[in-house]
Amino acid sequence: MKRRTFLSLSAGTAAGAALAACGSSGPADTGDTSGSEASYWFLSGPPGEPVRQGAVDRFNKANSGGQIKVNPIQNDAYKDKLKTALGAGQAPSIIWGWGGGGLKSYVQEGQVDDLTDWFSQNAAVKDRLFPSSFGPATVDGKIYAMPAETVQPIIMLYNKEVFENLGIQQPPQSWGEIMSLLPKFNEKKIAPFSLGGQSRWTNMMWLEFLFDRIGGPEVFNAVYDGEKDAWNNPASIQGLTKIQELIKANGFIKGFSSITADSNADQALLYKGKAAMELHGSWSYGIISAEGGDFIKDGKLGYFNFPAVEGGTGDPSNTVGNAGQYLSIYSKASAEQKETAKKFFTSLLDDTEQQDWIKTGGVPIVKGSDAKIGSSPDAEFLNFIYGVASNAKTFSQSWDQALSPTAAEALLDNISKLFTLDIAPQQFADNMNQVIGK
Amino acid sequence: MTIAPPVVRSAPPTGSTGVRSASVSWMAVPALVAFAVFGVLPLLGVLLLSFTSWNGLSPDISFTGTDSWSTVLADPRLPHALWVTFLIMGLSWLFQTPLSLLLGVFIAAHKRYRAVLAVLFFVPLLLSQAAISITFKMLLDPNFGLGAGLGAEFLQQDWLGDGTLALGVVVFVVSWQFIPFHTLIYQGGIRQIPTSMYEAAEIDGAGRIRQFLSITLPQLKYTIITSSTLMVVGSLTFFDLIYVLTAGGPGDATRALAVDMYQRGFKANLMGPASVIAVILVLVGLTLALLLRRLGGRDATESQLEGV
Repeated sequence: MKRRTFLSLSAGTAAGAALAACGSSGPADTGDTSGSEASYWFLSGPPGEPVRQGAVDRFNKANSGGQIKVNPIQNDAYKDKLKTALGAGQAPSIIWGWGGGGLKSYVQEGQVDDLTDWFSQNAAVKDRLFPSSFGPATVDGKIYAMPAETVQPIIMLYNKEVFENLGIQQPPQSWGEIMSLLPKFNEKKIAPFSLGGQSRWTNMMWLEFLFDRIGGPEVFNAVYDGEKDAWNNPASIQGLTKIQELIKANGFIKGFSSITADSNADQALLYKGKAAMELHGSWSYGIISAEGGDFIKDGKLGYFNFPAVEGGTGDPSNTVGNAGQYLSIYSKASAEQKETAKKFFTSLLDDTEQQDWIKTGGVPIVKGSDAKIGSSPDAEFLNFIYGVASNAKTFSQSWDQALSPTAAEALLDNISKLFTLDIAPQQFADNMNQVIGK
Repeated sequence: MTIAPPVVRSAPPTGSTGVRSASVSWMAVPALVAFAVFGVLPLLGVLLLSFTSWNGLSPDISFTGTDSWSTVLADPRLPHALWVTFLIMGLSWLFQTPLSLLLGVFIAAHKRYRAVLAVLFFVPLLLSQAAISITFKMLLDPNFGLGAGLGAEFLQQDWLGDGTLALGVVVFVVSWQFIPFHTLIYQGGIRQIPTSMYEAAEIDGAGRIRQFLSITLPQLKYTIITSSTLMVVGSLTFFDLIYVLTAGGPGDATRALAVDMYQRGFKANLMGPASVIAVILVLVGLTLALLLRRLGGRDATESQLEGV
């Protein structure tokens, strides 16, 4: 359920180093498949793997011709393995990914096919999905990936029990309210916010929302578009200052830089009542229901969209997160393989697959999928997510997914220093201005 | 990062085998071939790559001359990464050597309970570095770790979130894993010291400490050099442990060269600069290994057992 982890096994690294050293681009042989059989790599592990596998099995059963051959790969190793395979010209016919900046780098190298024409010929495939899900699939106005699976916005989670015990009626409605609530929690030795700060992208989510609420999506879009000194925008400096104010006011749990999101310790702080709130991806719901005992069953989990910031111009309905997962077609796959892949795309997110995703606590990116939520025991939460995703005026991508890998690495680095108060907002902006467009 | 050790370890034999016994030199062929294919060839590849610009994805790699070198050498991250690397190297040497030496002396004595302890000491060496790192990370968690479990305030530090502490944790975990190995080396070295030396010293009235300082330590000179070389050169390649434990953080407080190389190459897609770091790593490793050999004196075969 983790978005992705940055851990990579040294085995993969060694293989990468060896390949890098040889420097060969290799023949255009897409894995070990032949003819019209298309290969497909995706993330292994629950809850996604059985659903993905199920979709492929149904497709293979229904189609006697081109088949899909899967290779489930562990989350941690997937990104490196795919990168190595692309560099060596041995990538699978269907590439599973997160869209955004990663996809953009494949597009720039001509590794994936442009699907714009295919989508205009098959409007039905496109029109049944959330329009926002095409954002991360689009590079320079062209669509390079098929949006799939579920939508995962970032939301505020809170512990209702903690709120009740402290006599707080409702979750904070604005940034000012958040700041004024901090002492109430800290007095009782409860951290206002849980944070898995070692993972860095967890910290980034705070900035994503602050920038958006203060100055709207334009602030980060300027960075994305490579405008010079875009980080010097007053809204950006204000957001960076606000987050440091929150840190200085002990808004986050003590020692948050030692906590990793991978261990799910940040969610544990929330359901164990050691922290009152947490900003995290909607996938935390699955983690809490699996690990938090009766926390959800007893109705102790509350959730709300990130509140508005006083004086900010951003629409408070906006959200950030993963608008979907993405399947691209490898440009070096044979014509038959590409045909099989496209046929497979049209079969995706059928009723069975939608039900499967709902069972895992996810909202499929299909318009009207909320009608299928009704019978689910998690209906309340799923409807909330469906609402956030479908009402969002702008659904922004995570910054590190949107930027190029080079800029994303610099971003995460500086965010980590910003949160440990090692650098001031202006220093952050200066450092980041240097890697704009890189 | 996995390249440096073979270079260092295999270099000495190639120089002398041919001269002394030409008849058996063919026996080195399998090792040499393996070394050439898995050691020298990738090394040359990396050297070539360091003069190119490549993002790891694109089929074409373009030669950009010394661009990558000048970028890396001008980058303030390099001196910082070097400093962190040497700090980890130095501190872990300082921490490991005295402890392994004393433990080595302790388990070198032929007593059964010590043999049992020796087996227990050995356990950390058998564990995978990634597993060790994950375990320590959980133990050090400020809210659910050892400190919270035992209710011990002083253990509830921001272990991995404070730069200085994080570096200390890295040094500690490295030492925790490798002290058993060096203890074993010292144990072997100590057992080779003739007991007659100790008997003579005892007759002369030397106490335990005197015996240790005047016999054990000098006799272990080459063992110390061997163990130090392994520690120093080995510490250049610490990657998995640091990466899993701190990922080079907080900020860049524990970003040693190997981690920096990985982040440039595989996270930021800059294979050229990453290769530059790899070459620097190899050079640093070679230099250190040669220096340590020099420390041992020119003639390593010189007798230490004169008069025995």
